[in-house]
Amino acid sequence: MGEWRYVGRKLLQAGATLLFIITVNFFLFRVMPSDPVRLLTRQRGVQLSPEAQAALTHDLGLDRPLPAQFVQYLADTFRLDFGDSFIFPGQSVVSVFSRFLWPTVLLVGTATVLMIVIGLYLGIRGGWKRGRPLDVGSMGFSLLFYSMPDFWLAMILLIVFSTALGWFPSGGFESPSSDLTGFARALDIANHMFLPVLTLTLGYIGEYYLVMRSSLLDVLGEDYITTVRAKGIREDRVLWRHAVRNAMLPTISLIALSFGFVLAGAITVELVFSYPGLGLLAIQAIDSQDFLLLQALFLFASVAVLVSNLVADLVYSWVDPRVREA
Amino acid sequence: MTEPDAGAGAPTPEVATRSARSVVWARRRLSARRFWATYRRSVMGIAGLVILVLFALMALLAPVLVSADSLDVTKATGPILAPPSWEYPMGTDEAGRSVLALVVWGSRVSLAIGLLAAVVSMVVGAAIGIVAGYRGGRWDSALMRFTDWFLVLPGLPLAITLAAILGQSMFIIVMVIGLTSWPWTARIVRSQALSVRERPYVERARGLGAHDLQLIAKHVLPNVFPVIFANTILSIALAILAESALSFIGLGDPLRVSWGATLELAFDAGAPTIGAWWWIGFPGACIVLVVLAFTMCGNALEEILNPRLRQR
Repeated sequence: MGEWRYVGRKLLQAGATLLFIITVNFFLFRVMPSDPVRLLTRQRGVQLSPEAQAALTHDLGLDRPLPAQFVQYLADTFRLDFGDSFIFPGQSVVSVFSRFLWPTVLLVGTATVLMIVIGLYLGIRGGWKRGRPLDVGSMGFSLLFYSMPDFWLAMILLIVFSTALGWFPSGGFESPSSDLTGFARALDIANHMFLPVLTLTLGYIGEYYLVMRSSLLDVLGEDYITTVRAKGIREDRVLWRHAVRNAMLPTISLIALSFGFVLAGAITVELVFSYPGLGLLAIQAIDSQDFLLLQALFLFASVAVLVSNLVADLVYSWVDPRVREA
Repeated sequence: MTEPDAGAGAPTPEVATRSARSVVWARRRLSARRFWATYRRSVMGIAGLVILVLFALMALLAPVLVSADSLDVTKATGPILAPPSWEYPMGTDEAGRSVLALVVWGSRVSLAIGLLAAVVSMVVGAAIGIVAGYRGGRWDSALMRFTDWFLVLPGLPLAITLAAILGQSMFIIVMVIGLTSWPWTARIVRSQALSVRERPYVERARGLGAHDLQLIAKHVLPNVFPVIFANTILSIALAILAESALSFIGLGDPLRVSWGATLELAFDAGAPTIGAWWWIGFPGACIVLVVLAFTMCGNALEEILNPRLRQR
């Protein structure tokens, strides 16, 4: 199959998936046991008069037939119009959203880079010298941190490094009411971000280690490695030039897959460190039953995972054209 | 340890005198014995099993070990936020309840939700996987497309959103976790069912006029079952983690004490900043131990079922 046909097919599939995600989002909110208007006003301490309820129903377009509502929802979604947030009166969901987006991007981005670099390195070392202390240690480490709830690890790190030792601040994005600028401010932010990043990184290194290790072991069993060795190539060159290159391939898909998990992990970790990102925003939306906001957040999480999967597929086919035939 | 199909073993003279059923059961006993002999050699598998048995005993014997009254905030008699001592081995919480009592009773809810959610996920995943793999063709592509769509939806955020909308009860949590975690099971079961379908004895049975349901019940299911089982053990671990996260966010059943719910209470009371490590440490360590144990058992099972992994 040609390169462009492959890209086209992948884009088409992603488009279909996007439609599915939007449909799920639409129904999440509408085909629930209680009607949306009651859901929106529940626990808000507001008792709406029947007329006001009818007006809100009309405003939300809920008195129209379902297909018409769906078309309206599609149009709104593509215009990024998700209505107004309840927690922040008078502000659109999108404007609230964009304020909380960057801290999360910074947190998840930094942690993802670190876990990939460290995880892959350990996987390569572990697979190359299988059964040595580094390998056995990494294996135990992976299993242990895999079994740990992210928020628990976050609280333990908080107790040890903030409460007991006082090395790091207990939460937030930067020191409140600080007038730091430039490098000093960046340092302050990094100081606040250290523990959240450490939590996420420790929690997900193991997956990269395991996949890299098993992929390297597969490759090391291949005939061409024996051939390379027979040619008398130095061992570290065999590893880095010949084995690792091919063994890296499966980790590309893993990066996309684990992205969803890291994003989910960020929700509770941000809660523990009161780090003002999308995760904390989601918790606030849940606590105050702001479903329009929650819906937009879920849509964002799904689309983020979808896009990262698409990118991984395309990168994979570019690095390894063989998959286009599959 | 896939079983050979009925009648494919070497015919022995006694077969004629025994009923087909007894032959089948004898073979199953034999394969179970063989399985146990292999499993016993896995240090991880045995360690996991021992931990699980201990926790299961704790959960079952909870009413005998600690009276249910000790969970009642109004009847708590202990000192407030006391660190571990002989009287309160895991310390006390803000209301003077023994953390040990919370941990013992919490094990019931955490384990029950984990098991039930994994069963829901297994039933849905196995049904979709078997139909897709066994029917093949259009069924296969339609069901797998659907599964792939679901794979993209991030599981925990979906579960959180659903639980936030639907409200909080144990039933809703079980359903929400179960119904958001089946796609991997479906994929694994499908690939197994696909290979079983092509085996000669299935073709032979079909040739003899066996009905689809009969084939699935007699041949596909028994052959796919070991894979489903190992997968379910692994998904219990994930379900317990998911329950703890939902409870921690405040979406747990407010009427029940689970490990995650205890951690939520501790966090809300500011336990991390006042240094009440016991209130957070012990319930969390239980989650880690149980999840670790299920994962070790699941990995040990997978290694037996998948010989390619065995050399690792």
